[in-house]
Amino acid sequence: MFDLGPHAGFIWLSYGAAAIAIAGLILWVWLDERAQRKRIETLERRGLRRRSAS
Amino acid sequence: MADIPGGGTIGAAGQWWRPSSFANPSNFMRLSERVLPWLIGLTAIFFAVGLTMAFRAPPDYQQGETVRIMYVHVPAAWLSMACYTLIAISSAGLLIWRHPLADVAAKAAAPIGAVFTLLALLTGSLWGKPMWGAYWVWDARLTSVLILFFLYLGLIALREAIDEPGRAGRAAAILSLIGAVNIPIVKFSVNWWNTLHQPASVLRAGGSTIDSSLLIPLLVMALAFTFLFAVLHLKAMRADILRRRADAMIAAHVRGEAGSSTLAVGALPHV
Repeated sequence: MFDLGPHAGFIWLSYGAAAIAIAGLILWVWLDERAQRKRIETLERRGLRRRSAS
Repeated sequence: MADIPGGGTIGAAGQWWRPSSFANPSNFMRLSERVLPWLIGLTAIFFAVGLTMAFRAPPDYQQGETVRIMYVHVPAAWLSMACYTLIAISSAGLLIWRHPLADVAAKAAAPIGAVFTLLALLTGSLWGKPMWGAYWVWDARLTSVLILFFLYLGLIALREAIDEPGRAGRAAAILSLIGAVNIPIVKFSVNWWNTLHQPASVLRAGGSTIDSSLLIPLLVMALAFTFLFAVLHLKAMRADILRRRADAMIAAHVRGEAGSSTLAVGALPHV
């Protein structure tokens, strides 16, 4: 199954690049949403309110 | 641009499915929260099945084992075009109908599309070296995809260069609609010009030319990538809506419209 012949390096590099790209995107979107949520919590803790929540 | 300060009014519970109420950011946040666990599950399942099939599929009679790169390269290349098409449609939605979520959708999709385009270029290059003997050739397909990558970078850079979000959104929308002319060029370049890149072999008139033992893993991986894109895009849109809400809270505070806080503006968190 994993004997990928003489060009195995190219194949593994491709899958490695895909794994890094996908992991990077997942990390980015999750951390960004979390950061924005924390930012709103911080603002609310300091007394600021959303217009629709007031 | 359609500014999304705090989400506006929220429709009655159970009315989120109406197209008009789906345009409401608060309803979008609620709906996406419900949908995301299912999409994440589908993404994981399709990747598990797709990767297993990709490494169990027989080698191609011409490409040998190198055909396995196609299971990553082709879905990434499809998504690079689909993502830009989504941005162009969203941009039209922003400029013509001022749809409140259109700008959020276009902005959130650009970095994701850029990464998938880079991945398509990189994996194509890694396939090209053993198959063509070169990492890169200036043929029409490769060059038009490289232009697509630069268009994504241009969209991201343009937004960063303009401070006022409304103007940034409109400028990016205009650029994305101009750049949309490149999508049919990418798609049909292999038919219009004599390219080293092979012509369409899956989505073509007369049906696929690929044997089912290779085609099925490719389609499963394409679905896995598509579900992944949906997850990433929804998450990025959610983050951008929250960012705009926080910005709106600060703006309202500065205008003295919100609350009685005496907090100094400089102490407010900016991300």
